[in-house]
Amino acid sequence: MYRWDFSPVIANGDLLLAGLANTLALTGVALAGGIPVGLALALARLSGSRFLSAPAGVVIEVFRTTPPLVQLFWFYFGLPIVLKVEMTPYLAAALTFTIQSGAFFAEIFRAGIVSVDRGQREAARAIGMTEAQAMRRIVLPQAVKRMFPAMMERSIELMKTTTLVATVSYADLLYQANELAQKTFRPLEVFTAAALMYLVTISLVSAIAALVERRMAVSGEMAR
Amino acid sequence: MTGPLLRIEGLGKRFGDRSVFAGVDLEVARGDRIAIIGASGSGKSTLLRCINVLEHADQGRVILGGEPVGEEVRRGERTETRYSEAALVRLRQRVGMVFQQFNLFPHMTVLGNVMEGLVTVKGMGRDAAARQALAELARVGLADKAEAYPAHLSGGQKQRVAIARALAMEPEILLFDEPTSALDPALVGEVLDAIQALAAEGRTMLLVTHEIGFAYHMATRVLFLAEGGIYEQGTPDEVLKNPRRPLTQAFIAGHRRFSF
Repeated sequence: MYRWDFSPVIANGDLLLAGLANTLALTGVALAGGIPVGLALALARLSGSRFLSAPAGVVIEVFRTTPPLVQLFWFYFGLPIVLKVEMTPYLAAALTFTIQSGAFFAEIFRAGIVSVDRGQREAARAIGMTEAQAMRRIVLPQAVKRMFPAMMERSIELMKTTTLVATVSYADLLYQANELAQKTFRPLEVFTAAALMYLVTISLVSAIAALVERRMAVSGEMAR
Repeated sequence: MTGPLLRIEGLGKRFGDRSVFAGVDLEVARGDRIAIIGASGSGKSTLLRCINVLEHADQGRVILGGEPVGEEVRRGERTETRYSEAALVRLRQRVGMVFQQFNLFPHMTVLGNVMEGLVTVKGMGRDAAARQALAELARVGLADKAEAYPAHLSGGQKQRVAIARALAMEPEILLFDEPTSALDPALVGEVLDAIQALAAEGRTMLLVTHEIGFAYHMATRVLFLAEGGIYEQGTPDEVLKNPRRPLTQAFIAGHRRFSF
């Protein structure tokens, strides 16, 4: 019978917390960058101009159809060779996950925008709004409400995918856990603790998302 | 200002190979109330939508207050009309529209719907816009619903809010695109009352409708659309009571079959 002993984990808890902070920071950056990138890609794709929609389509497809680990290696090991730039693990990770989540968000945005009834845009235009005003004031707010659950799902997926950055020595939660496991010879306890930290964080995010969703439902439009 | 408020010259529209109408001429003077009737697919709604350029006409032009809408550009042997964003924004502030499906903004309250154009398009401050929007809502009898969301209104109430939203922009012409066709019969009356009240104020309006009785009482002129154009027009008495041409006669007879 295995004797569980969490005391080394608790003694080194600050290491894991530092890792969690790095995981959250990377996820936050990827989200903060990925949402505008996704919106821009979606609008380019829907623009009706081939010069905008074709390149946007290529970016979206490349990042959706290649494994994130390959993308990460490409940015970390490949980009410095091609462009002669300095790459840190953080920069490579931030770039990869910003563009990658942007590609996924683009498809979510596009589906959301297309799902808004054509009459909404027409009504906006008919009171004199420009195309941009109609998009910003009328179409996007409705699209975002519909997209929100898919967006949250994707964000949670993103947070879990960031564990890949441990492979390029970015000190995220998984990387720290690995270090700690080797130091304490208690891998079972360490990885269990790490799993629990992911579980608690993501459950919290889900709970907040559910609150926001309920808040957004007051207008009653989603019931239709 | 001399001349008609709105003039349509040789307007034509096709969807792919199918011509919806061609060579439509129309003059609308201030205070005219024009009912547009006709069978489904006769182009009534399309004609209306070409006036505020929600639909781009393929031929002809729309002249509002003496100024052509859009810019004619020669392209080889054809002329095309181009519409700048600024021209469309100006046009649509002068020509309001009420839709069959209401198209209220579901994420905004009733008040928010009516204020939206005032704030976003006219750049009015929120307080002033709210005051004016409330006054427009009071006019259609819905001031007490200002804080409600559209999802919680009846169809008739929704359409009255849509009318208030169009009125708030103080348009010179109002376009009604089958405003009662999506309503339960019991709710048609309140919307027609609201339109009737606007008619009594002497507003200029074009109304596409299947409510022949209402058209008879409200309109100063009736257009019957068929065979790709204005097939017959005149006063309500002429077109609706004593139609001269066969398709108009058949259409009116069809509508009267079950009157009692």
